[in-house]
Amino acid sequence: MALPQSAYKDREFLAVIGDEDSVTGILLAGVGHVTDPPDSQKNYLVVDSKTENSVIEGAFESFTRERKDIAIVLINQHIADKIRGKVDAYNEAFPSLLEIPSKDHPYDPEKDSVMKRVRKLFGE
Amino acid sequence: MKSKLKGAQTGHDLLKRKSEALTKRFREITKRIDEAKRKMGRVMQIAAFSLAEVTYATGNDGIKYQITESVRQAKFRVRTRQENVSGVFLPQFESFQMEGTSEFGMTGLGKGGQQVQRSRETYTRAVETLVELASLQTAFVILDEVIKVVNRRVNAIEHVIIPRTENTIKYINSELDELDREEFFRLKKVKNVKERAAAAEELERQKRKQREDEKENNEGATKSEQPDGDGTKNVLGDEGDEDLIF
Repeated sequence: MALPQSAYKDREFLAVIGDEDSVTGILLAGVGHVTDPPDSQKNYLVVDSKTENSVIEGAFESFTRERKDIAIVLINQHIADKIRGKVDAYNEAFPSLLEIPSKDHPYDPEKDSVMKRVRKLFGE
Repeated sequence: MKSKLKGAQTGHDLLKRKSEALTKRFREITKRIDEAKRKMGRVMQIAAFSLAEVTYATGNDGIKYQITESVRQAKFRVRTRQENVSGVFLPQFESFQMEGTSEFGMTGLGKGGQQVQRSRETYTRAVETLVELASLQTAFVILDEVIKVVNRRVNAIEHVIIPRTENTIKYINSELDELDREEFFRLKKVKNVKERAAAAEELERQKRKQREDEKENNEGATKSEQPDGDGTKNVLGDEGDEDLIF
């Protein structure tokens, strides 16, 4: 099963959904990208306690489905928990979805949707 | 039909082997994902700590805002490469730094520039780890899919195509056997009839011979017994009977 070249050829950015600290750090590494105006789109979303779940879902949808230039979506695990249903339902190869730990929330392998599948496959 | 069965079996063997190879690879990848995820936990912690240092050094939270808002062009990008595992293309992400776009040059110029620099390096390494993990995970997802497809095919061949072909072959064989038996039976019948005919002919021939012999004998007898005048046939027909003596 060879994926068509077009499925990932143009994908070269990373997208981030996370709390302020994580996003700042990852942007500091030079990941951030804003497309040219007029329809300038950021490839990151800063989530704080006041951010609505619908906004997160919207960003998640746009990063995973609409934008064709994103290769990897990074999402903080505690934010992924808020939209767990959507994250668990997502099983495309591109862009690949990665749950990352945040400063305040240590990484829990049990919650990760991919790790869940790993565990399931090994019958644990 | 036999060749079809053979083809199915060969295909089955090959697919099974492919599935095994993929599963082996799959297990390897899952193990590596497991490790990488744990490693990521540690790396991100260190990175978060370095960011805390930055905040402390610069003395205000404004730096975060400054960073998130000054984003223009991505310097850190990924490239996708393909790797071939027994006919399955697995993508691999490769991170690279875009030249000519230096960002955050002014960030932390006032104070804490060193910390910013160090934090930046730490985060770059962290993101590199993440990219690695992402490629593993993508491989995982694709392999999972492919293994499912291959296993489905293996099972289809094993449980549907091979039995069906075998059944067809069995049916054909039994039909052929039946034909054979019919043919044999027919031959037997024909032989029987022929034998009977031959036997009848033989009998006929013998009878004729006997009759001829008798005729000859009779003729001989009439010639020899003619002077006696006793050439008349025994009316009673008990010539062969022995005389009874009381």
